[in-house]
Amino acid sequence: MVEFTLPANSKVGKGKTVKAPAGAKNVTTVEVYRWNPDDEANPHMDKFEVDLDTCGPMVLDALIKIKNEMDPTLTFRRSCREGVCGSCAMNIDGTNTLACTKSIQDIRGKTIKISPLPHMPVIKDLVPDLTQFFAQYASVKPWMQSDTPAPTGMERPQSQEERDKMDGVWECVLCACCSTACPSYWWNPDRYLGPAALLQAYRWIVDSRDESTGERLDDLEDPFKLYRCHTIMNCTKTCPKGLEPGKKIAEIKQMLVERRL
Amino acid sequence: MGLRTPLGQVRGLGSAKEGTNHFWLQRLTAIALIPLSVWFVASITCLAGADHNQVVDWLSSPITSVCMILMLGTTFFHLKLGVQVVIEDYVHSPWAKTGALIGVTFFCFVLGLASILAVLKLAVGG
Repeated sequence: MVEFTLPANSKVGKGKTVKAPAGAKNVTTVEVYRWNPDDEANPHMDKFEVDLDTCGPMVLDALIKIKNEMDPTLTFRRSCREGVCGSCAMNIDGTNTLACTKSIQDIRGKTIKISPLPHMPVIKDLVPDLTQFFAQYASVKPWMQSDTPAPTGMERPQSQEERDKMDGVWECVLCACCSTACPSYWWNPDRYLGPAALLQAYRWIVDSRDESTGERLDDLEDPFKLYRCHTIMNCTKTCPKGLEPGKKIAEIKQMLVERRL
Repeated sequence: MGLRTPLGQVRGLGSAKEGTNHFWLQRLTAIALIPLSVWFVASITCLAGADHNQVVDWLSSPITSVCMILMLGTTFFHLKLGVQVVIEDYVHSPWAKTGALIGVTFFCFVLGLASILAVLKLAVGG
């Protein structure tokens, strides 16, 4: 059965508090999930008092400041710091988003709670294990499949209208915010592909240059791979890039109905 | 501990190549249940206070019995489709899942058949 409570060794306890430097006036508390695989301890929430007057505007800036000045053992992924790489996806203030594009000012309340993407195995602190997530992405064969050779000396042609169909899809940075916000993905992560992989599948289904549309739909037509989506829409609500995976999944279902009517 | 690759695990047993029929029928029965449910609730409301003979007379009319059979059949079929999804979502033990799916199929079929037979009995004056 589905587990509605955390296993005993995953229950989150209270951690340490690191005070802001004396004289800091504009202080906010950042509460961060900590778990170290090298000790036997349960996960805990550490509190860091961050002086916002000496910190950048985004949540990622606060995390980097904590790592640089307060606790160098804090572990998290980050790279581009501008919402393009998708590395710093985490749960901030109850919502999955990118730490680099989430402004500290937009968070109500004095405490910023940060934990790893939900319902994923944790490697350390804020770093989730995304192995299965990327295997699901690979399973939709995210590359061009075409039997017709490409024209010599030019790219495969595509009209403006055909290209427009991929808008709202190609922008996905595979940060996993959507999939890990989806209850269906929580309950059946081994069999449901999740919104991110399905959005990527859609990207190739609607690509006019791809010739494997039918085979791609065949692969998705499954009670678990696709039809675990119950249009809960957490994916669309949480997407830090403003995309609509829920709508695209509905369009895949529509195509599957269309080809049999 | 298994050493199967992550991609092998995700591919698993492959696509069942079905699910669209279930999806389509669930929506079709939901649409059908909108007018049927409105008709049923309105009819039962109008029958408030009626005695047994009046209810039997109402149910014996061909239009009423056809609508009632349609509503019962659609309701139990829709119920079966919906509960199946809930079981698939939340029950993961293979035995419990298979047992629950068999149980809900039998339950809906038997109850649906029994209720339709009851209407038919009244409709044809058994």
